[in-house]
Amino acid sequence: MKAADQKRLLREMIFFRRFEERCFEAYMEHKIGGFLHLYSGQEAVATGVLEMIRRGKDYVITGYRDHVHAIKAGAPAREVMAELYGKETGSSRGRGGSMHIFDPTAHFMGGYALVGQPFPLAAGLALACKYKGTDEIAVCFLGDGANNQGTFHETMNMASLWHLPVLFVCENNQYAIGTRIDRSTAVTDQYKRVCGYNISSSQHDGQDIDTVMDAAAKAIEHVRSGKGPYFIEFLTYRQRGHSMSDKTAAYRSKEEEAEWARRDPITLYRDKLVKAKVVTDADVKAMEREVSNEIENDIVKFAEESPVPKVEDLNKYVLDDNPDPRWIGPLQNP
Amino acid sequence: MAELAYWEAIRRAHDEELANDPMVIAMGEDIGVVGGTYKATSGLHQKYGEKRIIDTPISENSYTGVGIGASMAGMRPIIEIMSINFALLALDTLINAAAKIRYMSGGRVSCPIVMRTPGGTAHQLAAQHSARLARVFMSTSGLRVVTPRGPMEACGMLKSAVRCNDPVIFIEHERMYNMREDVPETEFFRPLEGAEIVRKGTDITLIGYNWSFVLCMKAADMLAKDGISAEVIDLRSLKPLDRETIRRSVEKTHRVLVAEEDEAAVGTGAEIISIVIEDCFFALDAQPVRIHAADVPVPYAANLEHAAIPDEHDVYKGALKVMGRI
Repeated sequence: MKAADQKRLLREMIFFRRFEERCFEAYMEHKIGGFLHLYSGQEAVATGVLEMIRRGKDYVITGYRDHVHAIKAGAPAREVMAELYGKETGSSRGRGGSMHIFDPTAHFMGGYALVGQPFPLAAGLALACKYKGTDEIAVCFLGDGANNQGTFHETMNMASLWHLPVLFVCENNQYAIGTRIDRSTAVTDQYKRVCGYNISSSQHDGQDIDTVMDAAAKAIEHVRSGKGPYFIEFLTYRQRGHSMSDKTAAYRSKEEEAEWARRDPITLYRDKLVKAKVVTDADVKAMEREVSNEIENDIVKFAEESPVPKVEDLNKYVLDDNPDPRWIGPLQNP
Repeated sequence: MAELAYWEAIRRAHDEELANDPMVIAMGEDIGVVGGTYKATSGLHQKYGEKRIIDTPISENSYTGVGIGASMAGMRPIIEIMSINFALLALDTLINAAAKIRYMSGGRVSCPIVMRTPGGTAHQLAAQHSARLARVFMSTSGLRVVTPRGPMEACGMLKSAVRCNDPVIFIEHERMYNMREDVPETEFFRPLEGAEIVRKGTDITLIGYNWSFVLCMKAADMLAKDGISAEVIDLRSLKPLDRETIRRSVEKTHRVLVAEEDEAAVGTGAEIISIVIEDCFFALDAQPVRIHAADVPVPYAANLEHAAIPDEHDVYKGALKVMGRI
């Protein structure tokens, strides 16, 4: 990979971390409401996998921890922040919020609160790609907890049976909210769980973005070349709680958190690039300042200054707002 | 005109829409090689191939979700669920996904699916094959719910449902698949919205939908022999409901009965009577009456099943009560 791209990826991950931490601050200031699930600690997975897809062409779908996936897939960060602020300029015009970022122009087909619900939706997106005869694929990001839903098994069966071009990315962060994986799941290696469906799979370190990109490239090639679905598992760790009210102390130790903090994906990549003389410490400091400025003076400013949705538009978007009377009517009684 | 059975009308709508738009597909359990439990897709697998007529595993929630996902990328799936009881397994993808995706994406993504399913009691199918459940869907924002009363409506409304950009819950009825009716041989559409005054009358308004509409029509014949002129409304669409047609009829007849095959509680009848109270309370000359099922899981024994489910005699007696004759 070219040095310029390596620098860009490092900057992107720094950006994503700062974006999420800025969301935390805005939430504490009551500028963001609802439930907020932050991605800090897992950046190498979404950044690395989505670096390798055809952004804007391949379909991407995920759960509720979706800001970073949306932005990396191509959703403007300003619009994602404005969505969190509940503004009309948001990705979903303020109707969705943190858990429901959508950007169909980027083929980012949404974040979903129902754990495991995106599995079949992703298979359907893949079915459409295959049906239309394109070589586009669908990429579905979900956590380890989602694999205990019925939709996991039902969808793996259909995806394999119908050779659908879908890549399932399992971000195994070891916890289903506050329940550690070995307390909820009989087989803790998630990649082994799809062998009953004859789906190719593998497990990788999710903290090292180079590892993620290499593994993702192979998996994407498998899917795009018509060999059917692929299930790729990345071992990773969320640094914050499941959502804002979760302080993690009830279910995991400080020692465990410290151990994973030593394998922070941004630190790992920064150290690697400094060692390879791609960047200097001063470059990184400058990057961090730039990112902070951009988020504060452009992205947050845009969100703050944007208008809220109009109350008179409350009933828009429930059904098609411009329906064809030939199909809809209404029927007229004489 | 050609006489078609209800199932043949559904099949014809599939055939025409599959021929019209390559983005239309059909999916469901046993709909392909077998041709559908009620024959509603018979022959289509042979005609359009397995790419377009998809036999699914018995995974209602996820195959419905596959259809919804495909619709988000421009396809128009007609999804069959063999019994509305099984649709309970798909409520997550129908209610949490299909119904909400347009709204929670700020209108940027739509889910133009049709979910077809038979609801209602047939003959001793017992509790887990006799659910009606229209109320579950008609209480969900973001869905359309339609209940075609016969072959003509079934064909014309299914074609409209396929072309509509919203998720449509298309509720058929197990007792009605062999009902026959003359249907135009040339292509036609029936609109998804609007109740229809199918029989004009002056003394009482009887309101029903799919099977309960059939009961209302039979009861209207019985009432005519007593010199009572009943106006019969087919609701056609349970979501959205056509308040205007209900109001205008009740303002004319001043009396109203609502028939439903479901249990009464939190049901269609409760909603219709609320509309009557809100929109034309002062037009009423008598208390409205609801005809509905007993509040029990549907029994197997034929005599118990008969006792649990309303028939035309129940509608007739209910109408006499509204008229002050009993």
